[in-house]
Amino acid sequence: MAGVGSACLTVGLLTALYAVGASVYGAITGRRGWVASGRRAIYCLAALCVAAFAILESAFLRSDFSYALVAEGSSTDTPTFYKVTAVWATQDGSLLLWATVLSLFASAVLFLTRHSLRDIAPWATAVLGCVAAFFLLLMVGWENPFDTLAVPPPEGAGLNPLLRHPAMMIHPPMLYTGYVGFSIPFAFAIGALVTRRTGADWIRATRRFALIAWTFLGTGILLGALWSYSELGWGGYWAWDPVENASLMPWLVGTAFLHSIMVQEKRGMLKVWNVTLICATFTLALLGTFLVRSGILDSIHAFGASTIGVQMLVFIACVIALSVGLILARLPDLRSEARLDSLLSREAFFLLNNLVLVGLCLVVLWGTFFPLISEAITGTESSVGPPWFERIVTPLALVLVLLSGVGPVLAWRRVTASALFRLFAAPAAFTAVALVVLLAFTEAAKSVPSLLMFSFVAFVLAVVGQEFWRGTSARRLVTGEAWPQAFSRLFGRNRRRYGGYLVHAGIAVLFLGVAASSAFVDQRDVRLSPGDSIRVGDYDVTYVRATARLGGDDGGTGAPISLGAVLKVHRGDQAFTLHPSRNYYSTSDPSKGAISRFFEGEATSEVDVRWGLRRDLWLAVRPDLVSLEEPIARADREFADSPGRVQAFVISTLARLYRDNPPPAAFRAIVSPLVAWIWIGGAIAILGALIAAWPSPEARLRRVRSLYAARVGRELTRA
Amino acid sequence: MDPSRKRKVRLVVALGAAVCLAAALAYTSFSASSEAASPSELVEGKSYDVTGKVVHDSISRQGDELRFRIRDRDGTESVPVVYTGVVPDPFREGREVIVSGELSRGTLVAERDSLVTKCPSKFTEDKQTS
Repeated sequence: MAGVGSACLTVGLLTALYAVGASVYGAITGRRGWVASGRRAIYCLAALCVAAFAILESAFLRSDFSYALVAEGSSTDTPTFYKVTAVWATQDGSLLLWATVLSLFASAVLFLTRHSLRDIAPWATAVLGCVAAFFLLLMVGWENPFDTLAVPPPEGAGLNPLLRHPAMMIHPPMLYTGYVGFSIPFAFAIGALVTRRTGADWIRATRRFALIAWTFLGTGILLGALWSYSELGWGGYWAWDPVENASLMPWLVGTAFLHSIMVQEKRGMLKVWNVTLICATFTLALLGTFLVRSGILDSIHAFGASTIGVQMLVFIACVIALSVGLILARLPDLRSEARLDSLLSREAFFLLNNLVLVGLCLVVLWGTFFPLISEAITGTESSVGPPWFERIVTPLALVLVLLSGVGPVLAWRRVTASALFRLFAAPAAFTAVALVVLLAFTEAAKSVPSLLMFSFVAFVLAVVGQEFWRGTSARRLVTGEAWPQAFSRLFGRNRRRYGGYLVHAGIAVLFLGVAASSAFVDQRDVRLSPGDSIRVGDYDVTYVRATARLGGDDGGTGAPISLGAVLKVHRGDQAFTLHPSRNYYSTSDPSKGAISRFFEGEATSEVDVRWGLRRDLWLAVRPDLVSLEEPIARADREFADSPGRVQAFVISTLARLYRDNPPPAAFRAIVSPLVAWIWIGGAIAILGALIAAWPSPEARLRRVRSLYAARVGRELTRA
Repeated sequence: MDPSRKRKVRLVVALGAAVCLAAALAYTSFSASSEAASPSELVEGKSYDVTGKVVHDSISRQGDELRFRIRDRDGTESVPVVYTGVVPDPFREGREVIVSGELSRGTLVAERDSLVTKCPSKFTEDKQTS
């Protein structure tokens, strides 16, 4: 089957190249047949990629170790759930996923636009074909996921234990889908530039794809943060790690793009800016893919120092050169159709929000590449840490949240003073009340940025609430519907607008969680023996006893040994227990003894969190194996050649030894206020984005009618 | 003021503001950054982000203190480290780590919680070495 998979990729590469050639030839000569053929080649490419992906996935499920990739990244004792995900934990597999998602997205958009955008679509097909061909070339030439081993090993190396978390199942595909999704508007922007059709057509055709890409990328980032918080054992959700930053940058610029295209749709302005933004977004998405694979920046995320860094860099350089060259050549066609009438207008505020978002992106870009920049300038490699990022990003984030409350309710062109009063009097009053309550009843004043953020969040929520209330009551007045019905139908009438409000509310709530949990976190690192207590936040935490489990950890990750602790927690009259533990995975390192290899492989923290709307209590444990060192060393000598059954018994005895007589263990306890609202806010924002992206019935009707009209027209010309 | 002139003034002000902000960004990043070094380059009394590999059989624990040596990535010269705080999960002999601290009497006294383990560029094993 590996041969079939390889063949799929090679044929796929040729198909993609054919799609490029056919659609460019068709576009230049005006032969529609060639264009249609190019488009169908992309459908064919999607089928080939899906087939290749299915072959690889089935190899993982069957644990067929004749595939080098399966032997590297999976094993027979890896749980099925993680066998499925192990495909994209490897470099080659993740490239295949990239290409597959790209070909599916490209097919979808080309299918939807097959009767419209006759000039732009062939060029977009060519661009998408080029991108797909590049990724297929990487696989065919350097990183073939279907490489086989002449002598299959009896057992695979297993999936890296750090990746054994449910969020990891969906986090990478989400990110890839986000990255890939932005290639669609990029391709159509390039098509629009080539054909000088720089109106809003290409935007209308791909707006929804940009929004979907944005949603996926945002969801991916959020899931990554959740994984970091609940798996990595350090207790944070964002570390300004290069690869985290790499995913944030296209998201920021993509957010700017989603806003500024509305200005072009409504007012015909910001054309240069829009094509620049989408080119930048796509370039940053490629950069994100590249950073994970290059190893040029220190990050915990990197794949192996890889063989394809140079190729990726060349491709990114080509994309940048092509975009810049094309935009410069088309500057005369990108002239604005209107001017900014007033600084108090929606377009002015959208422009401001764009500047802040792009500014944020530049800050993150600068900080991420600072080691390279400083080495180039001063000769010594230096790096900036999270405090630097936080200092610069905080004020920008504050401005952004405030703008997200003001911008969407302003009118286009200009706003009158009376309209301003009508729009913002109630929210401003609400914000003032919230501020007074915060100052009087909470400790929020201890951190000025947080206090500001809380007030701005209150403002945004008030503005959004007021809009919903006005919309609903107006609808009730007209239709006489009940409140809930009027409220839900409101979304149906104008999904983009009300979905957008919901996104803004969600992001505001998310920032509420970020501000509270970063400014008012209480963290303790202590060593406790059974019976000892500590106080963290309002919680009294007591280490009751140690635990030891073999072959069945709570998370279902397939860890052979899991050592942990039972802690009793009191807060007022509330009492509960938490069970953090640490999983030990065996290593196949031959220098380790037969028994010690089970203790000295990878180990991961299995954090236990008491989730709460007001605060989380987060506990991680790090058992001290000092007392076991001597018995393990003895067991290594005595049971080196014993049968597996005996060794298993020895290990269970050792684990029992730890459980019954535990030395002091290291604990990290964190009380993090309102951190749950990060996930809740994120979920609200995702919901809002889905509502905004969902096709409305009227639009579908319009599309059907226009398709019908087009068909009638075609038949008339034929007749 | 006529509109075209007004636009020019606006543009100059905007560009000026952008340049100032960029300069501030560059300045703060250079002053906030810490120098990266490998164990053989350390000078007494200065603080660094030291990158190196954990020397085999050098890890020991005394109470809350973790002691180990790190050596140059491609070399043998090593320096002892005294560290307190949280040890990341992937910390192992032979792994690459980054630790911030100051060299004092031949020992790197690390800042609390500053130890970062580079998953040796590894979600998958390094292609060239395996």
